[in-house]
Amino acid sequence: MKILVCISKAPDTTSKIAFVEGNTKFDESGVQYIVNPYDEWYALVRGLELKESLGGTVTTVTVGTASDDATIRKALAIGADDAVRIDTEAKDAFQVAAEIAAYAKEQGFDLILTGKETINYNGSQVGGMIAEHLDLPFVSLATKLDVNGTTASLEKEIVGGSQEVEAQLPVVVSCSKGMAEQRIPNMRGIMAARTKPLNVVAASNPEQLTGFVSYELPAPKAAVKMIDPENMDELVALLHNEAKVI
Amino acid sequence: MSVLVYINSENGKVAKNALEVITYGKKIGDVVVVTNGSTDNATLESLGAYGASKVLVDRAFEGADAQQVTRLVAKAAESTGATTIIFSNDLIGKAVAPRLSVRLKAGLVAGAIDTPDADGNIKVNVFSGKAFGNVKVNSEMRIIALLPNSFQPEEVGGTASVEEFNGEAGTAAVTVKATKKPEGSIPLPEAELVVSAGRGLKGPENWGIVETLAQELGAATACSRPVSDIGWRPHHEHVGQTGVAIRPNLYIAAGISGAIQHLAGVNGSKTIVVINTDEEAPFFKAADYGIVGDAFEVLPRLTEAVKKFKAAN
Ligand SMILES: Cc1cc2nc3c(=O)[nH]c(=O)nc-3n(C[C@H](O)[C@H](O)[C@H](O)COP(=O)(O)OP(=O)(O)OC[C@H]3O[C@@H](n4cnc5c(N)ncnc54)[C@H](O)[C@@H]3O)c2cc1C
Ligand SMILES: Nc1ncnc2c1ncn2[C@@H]1O[C@H](COP(=O)(O)O)[C@@H](O)[C@H]1O
Repeated sequence: MKILVCISKAPDTTSKIAFVEGNTKFDESGVQYIVNPYDEWYALVRGLELKESLGGTVTTVTVGTASDDATIRKALAIGADDAVRIDTEAKDAFQVAAEIAAYAKEQGFDLILTGKETINYNGSQVGGMIAEHLDLPFVSLATKLDVNGTTASLEKEIVGGSQEVEAQLPVVVSCSKGMAEQRIPNMRGIMAARTKPLNVVAASNPEQLTGFVSYELPAPKAAVKMIDPENMDELVALLHNEAKVI
Repeated sequence: MSVLVYINSENGKVAKNALEVITYGKKIGDVVVVTNGSTDNATLESLGAYGASKVLVDRAFEGADAQQVTRLVAKAAESTGATTIIFSNDLIGKAVAPRLSVRLKAGLVAGAIDTPDADGNIKVNVFSGKAFGNVKVNSEMRIIALLPNSFQPEEVGGTASVEEFNGEAGTAAVTVKATKKPEGSIPLPEAELVVSAGRGLKGPENWGIVETLAQELGAATACSRPVSDIGWRPHHEHVGQTGVAIRPNLYIAAGISGAIQHLAGVNGSKTIVVINTDEEAPFFKAADYGIVGDAFEVLPRLTEAVKKFKAAN
């Protein structure tokens, strides 16, 4: 089975969020990048598990510049066989998906896995876009994925519950919590990752349909009002009269 | 200008976020709703109360298969000439809107929290709610996926005309084998009130006090990640960066420290109440109301106070 896992980088979850150049650019100074947690913990690890039980290969693909290589090596250290980087700065989800679709088109992947969303821009867009480009079924926010012959069996989140679904390969899946357990790369993996292929391919430069023109930080929160733990009647009164939420 | 709004009406019921997107669409232009399934005409006509002038309904398929809905909405866009298409950014919107964006070459603004400004830019949540971004759409057509619970439904009066519509949706490539919906409980993403607890509760056997308060309030229950990881609570209750992101009117957090990854999923809540024994707990910085105290005493006391309040009102 040929599996493609889409890997993006994201600022470490504890990064300070600030903007520069008149609030038009994310302030990257001092920011540590990690592999987007959904891509690493769920999509990549489930891809590796399927390869281990069914045979095949796991390739990662990233739309990005040389500054992404460190996170790509991390994915290789966790166990991916090889990596592809499409060499361009990703500007919006449409461009990312068009680049990945253009690369994947002739490669015959059985499964294309993405994370649920990137934790910086939280679009949850790329997976569905790749699927439409390639005219493939897309299962969004899957929490389980098994493959039997040419059939993928999945469980996915729906509003207020879950659903068991099936689709014929090839299929695009966005991976959510429950799919797999996080794997910590070991020393051997880290050493091996140094020599695994990281192929840089040229971008096809599709158009950019959307873009961020500026950013804002939320207004600082008013100071917390402390309430006597003995006096819950006061809290209820405040929630009713002041906050107007009950 | 006509705007097209897709809603999914399951079991003949229209969810609150469907009314939110109609209200939102009405702020931009004349609203044509497109939907599918067997919801009766009277229910669809009543969407006029929120500003829909027309409802196009495709009776040929139920459910919300992403490929079928994409074809349906694309067809409706073609026949109405709408250049703005609106979804709720719920689990259906997240599956359909990206596909439609590619099909129509229409820029997608996912997670919108406000109407377009004078320049047509649209505000969205970024960095898990820690900041906002203003998105410009370059394409002629645009798709807006509105974050649930960021826009309240408004009644404007009126009824909508209902027209049968053939969306040529084709067949579904993904087949549904089984659907599980826990009865009675309120789905977390839709809940307006949420009671949540963390590792401070010490064990799954202690969740009774959380559930009792939630029942008394009519709230959904949630938890921090470690609590669902160790199996004290089901996975779908896990809120935060790697779990569900919610923005209820009221979020009560007991025995949760308030780690940044937890906050990322709840900081859109209108009002936050924090109950923690440790007055230094970081969560107090994000709270509107704080109680330094033992959850095992404070939660039952709060339940009693809510009971008393409800009896008096
Ligand atoms: C990449 C990444 C993603 C993550 N994603 C998430 C996420 O999505 N959601 C999430 O929740 N976490 C997430 N985490 C974990 C997060 O960092 C915290 O570890 C976690 O939120 C802590 O859970 P907690 O507050 O329940 O437990 P603790 O941090 O152990 O806090 C327990 C709290 O209970 C208080 N307490 C103890 N006894 C009582 C009592 N009797 N009454 C009242 N209070 C009491 C303590 O003072 C303490 O503040 C993530 C971490 C990483 C690295
Ligand atoms: N630049 C990128 N390169 C490769 N994959 C990406 C990139 N950006 C996003 N993805 C994938 O698409 C998923 C959803 O991203 P998003 O639509 O930005 O929320 C992520 O979890 C990744 O798997």
